[in-house]
Amino acid sequence: MRGASQAKWVVAAVAVALAATACGSSNSSGGSSGGGDAVNAQGVFSYQSSEPQNPLQPANAMEVGGGRIIKSLFKGLVDYDPSNGQLRNQVAEKIETNDAQNYTVTLKSGWTFHDGTPVTAASFVDAWNWSANVKNNQINSDWFSDIQGYTDVHPDAGDPKAETMSGLKVVDDTHFTIALNGPVSYFEYKLGYTAFSPLPKVFFTDPAKYGQAPIGNGAYKFVSWEHNKAVTVAAYDKYAGIDKPKNAGIVFKNYSQAEAAYKDLVSDNLDVLDQVDPSDLASYKNDLGDRAVDQAQGAIQSISFSLYAADWKPENLAKVRQGLSMAIDRDTITKTVLNGSRQPANSWVAPGAMGYKDNTCGEACTYNPEKAKQLVTEGGGVPGNKITVLYNADGGHKEWVDAVCNSIRQATGVECTGDAKPDFKTSRDLIKNKKVDGLMRTGWVQDYPLNANFLRDVYGTGAAANDAGYSSPEFDKLAAEADKATTVEKTAELYQQAEAQLAKDMPAIPLWYYKTTAGYSKNVQNVKYDSFGDPVFTQVEVKQK
Amino acid sequence: MGRFVARRLLQMIPVFLGTVTIIFFMTRMLPGDPAAAMWGDKAADPAQLAAFKHDRGLDLSKWQQYLHYMGDLFTGNFGETLAGRKVIDVIGEALPVTVRLALLAFVFELVVGVAIGLFAGLRRGKAFDKGSLVLTLLLISIPVPVLGFIFQNVFAIQLGWITPTVQDSMNLGQLVLPAIVLGSISLAYVARLTRTSIAENLKADYMRTAVAKGLPRRKVIGTHLLRNSMIPVVTFLGTDLGALMGGAIVTEGIFNVKGVGNALYHAINLNEGATVSGFVVVLVLVYLVASLLVDLLYAVLDPRIRYA
Repeated sequence: MRGASQAKWVVAAVAVALAATACGSSNSSGGSSGGGDAVNAQGVFSYQSSEPQNPLQPANAMEVGGGRIIKSLFKGLVDYDPSNGQLRNQVAEKIETNDAQNYTVTLKSGWTFHDGTPVTAASFVDAWNWSANVKNNQINSDWFSDIQGYTDVHPDAGDPKAETMSGLKVVDDTHFTIALNGPVSYFEYKLGYTAFSPLPKVFFTDPAKYGQAPIGNGAYKFVSWEHNKAVTVAAYDKYAGIDKPKNAGIVFKNYSQAEAAYKDLVSDNLDVLDQVDPSDLASYKNDLGDRAVDQAQGAIQSISFSLYAADWKPENLAKVRQGLSMAIDRDTITKTVLNGSRQPANSWVAPGAMGYKDNTCGEACTYNPEKAKQLVTEGGGVPGNKITVLYNADGGHKEWVDAVCNSIRQATGVECTGDAKPDFKTSRDLIKNKKVDGLMRTGWVQDYPLNANFLRDVYGTGAAANDAGYSSPEFDKLAAEADKATTVEKTAELYQQAEAQLAKDMPAIPLWYYKTTAGYSKNVQNVKYDSFGDPVFTQVEVKQK
Repeated sequence: MGRFVARRLLQMIPVFLGTVTIIFFMTRMLPGDPAAAMWGDKAADPAQLAAFKHDRGLDLSKWQQYLHYMGDLFTGNFGETLAGRKVIDVIGEALPVTVRLALLAFVFELVVGVAIGLFAGLRRGKAFDKGSLVLTLLLISIPVPVLGFIFQNVFAIQLGWITPTVQDSMNLGQLVLPAIVLGSISLAYVARLTRTSIAENLKADYMRTAVAKGLPRRKVIGTHLLRNSMIPVVTFLGTDLGALMGGAIVTEGIFNVKGVGNALYHAINLNEGATVSGFVVVLVLVYLVASLLVDLLYAVLDPRIRYA
């Protein structure tokens, strides 16, 4: 019996070891759930994050890992009200313009950086000049390209001709002026991007050192950055913004696998989730109950036609394109293939953006197989009765592309196949170089919540993201008028007229809007997400234990 | 013996140089431009892209980069990550974590594996032996991710004994479960190797002699049987230590352990040649040292083995 008794001992040892793990971790887990809704203002919560790719400088964060941390540490002239996406003033008292080209900025007083120094007009102007300078290699430097003199500090090749942009002038501590190359009525909207944050004097002495321990002016101040593990920030008690934090700080906890983060959330070891991983999408609402989040995001998925290719050029093909759009059963595909993680689209602008108008696509975005077939036939049919949809195979698009093709095939009889390219880079190369003949997967994530961003930057003639090669004099005329408008409201309205032109020409088929599918733990409440898919960090309330 | 060690150490040099060279060129030949990828979906600014590549020496030819890299390597400089951190710092953070994890897994598979193998081998054909064969077959056939998820679900989600992921990667207690998952496949091999070896040696002449001499059973098994049966197991364990360190990539991902596997995963995703080859250099060293130790242990286990 010796062997057997020894075996028991082994099993017992494993059990003891496991029990020891349980003891070792219980103090850090803080997993107790009870305690009504009393809020602990001193409470800190954790958030699912990833290692920032770059040093933490406002103009150098493009990816979400660093971007969200920067957003908590810095506050610019304006930001977007998370509840409705509307622009609101933060450091700016007011931003005035008569011609949408020359702006005068007045700052509020009382704003300070986390080292106690005041935020002045120079804090902005110096920061922008430094960030735009090609020598400083900031990844977001092209955000300053609207400003006069940008090409002097950021030439396409060679050394900069100047250290400062001629369009920026400091008047006094609380005033500065901005002159743009031309009218951009929604320039204020762009100013909400983190690249336009102010920088304290200490930044310029050693930017590299600063990037490891930044000093901002935002609602949270930097505490520590344990590389590959976590970034910790704490509420800044002298924060002068209108969105004072309701918690004492955030731990941006690093996860390399979304599945691991989800498991931690379900067991209350992580408080706020970024996104539910695909494998848990089907069950997350069940697991989290009313702590599951499912709301619209400012991003859209579409398929575009290669209008530059001979096959798709003829203008009367608009009917065919509308017919193909009508042949797609968006409701069923988003519910089944995409597990409800997308919302069927009926316009080219994502909801939540200012100027979003419901159903601008109208009938063409409503599933109607009979009408679809009729339109395709009336329009003269698809060239060769065969279409392909180009997509990148590394992004999990295969399933829905196949579903869309099936839908088109069944409704119209047009032969439709997916055309997979191995990775994002390869498919982008083909699209950028206009080498697609047929349809291609395209999408747009908002830079700022305004319809102009979804329209001008995607469908304007020659726009950088105009993958379809769409060119409509009518659309361009309306867009130009909208850009010259003196108020953002007017701009948004005029862009809605431009959007109506898209419904007539159908250069791209809107498929669905992205959604924020996330959730939070039992330790926190009042967790809301803005249209960028970011939690509203300052509003999160940590429950009393 | 001394000459043998010296010769083995000298042999390590070409092996080391060869592996580092191969890894250098392999990582640098991966498709995609890591510098341009920093701009994400947007087109990279040509002036900045050129400046960035120049700063990192990425505009040189592969051979020039290689010579620079090797030159730096001998001064202990592993280069920089794309974000501008020293690779040696990244390794310094990740390595202690994975060393702990791998050693825990190693101890687990050694102690439990040899114990199971020993008792199964001694009682061949009995219930325990059959049970151990079934158990090890199960462990070998379940992929590590599946085992990890099962453990996570049972012990963390269902029973609530532990947190689903490791909260503090340097905490040995919290690393026990990932270590068990990591070591489980090797455990099965160790158990089976030991079992076969023990069963065979039981019939050996020296065993009969030892028993005939009237030695106590503990001594017969401990000194004579186990010692001679450990040679194939030690060979396996030696190479396995390196495999555990490199193979932690899956386990570390499941349990969110901030070790070598995690850092490697991140670096491969970003196409960071310098970081990947830095870690591989360290792993190659671990393998080389482990296999040297194995060779030396042979002499200890079986004095008849002599090194020329």
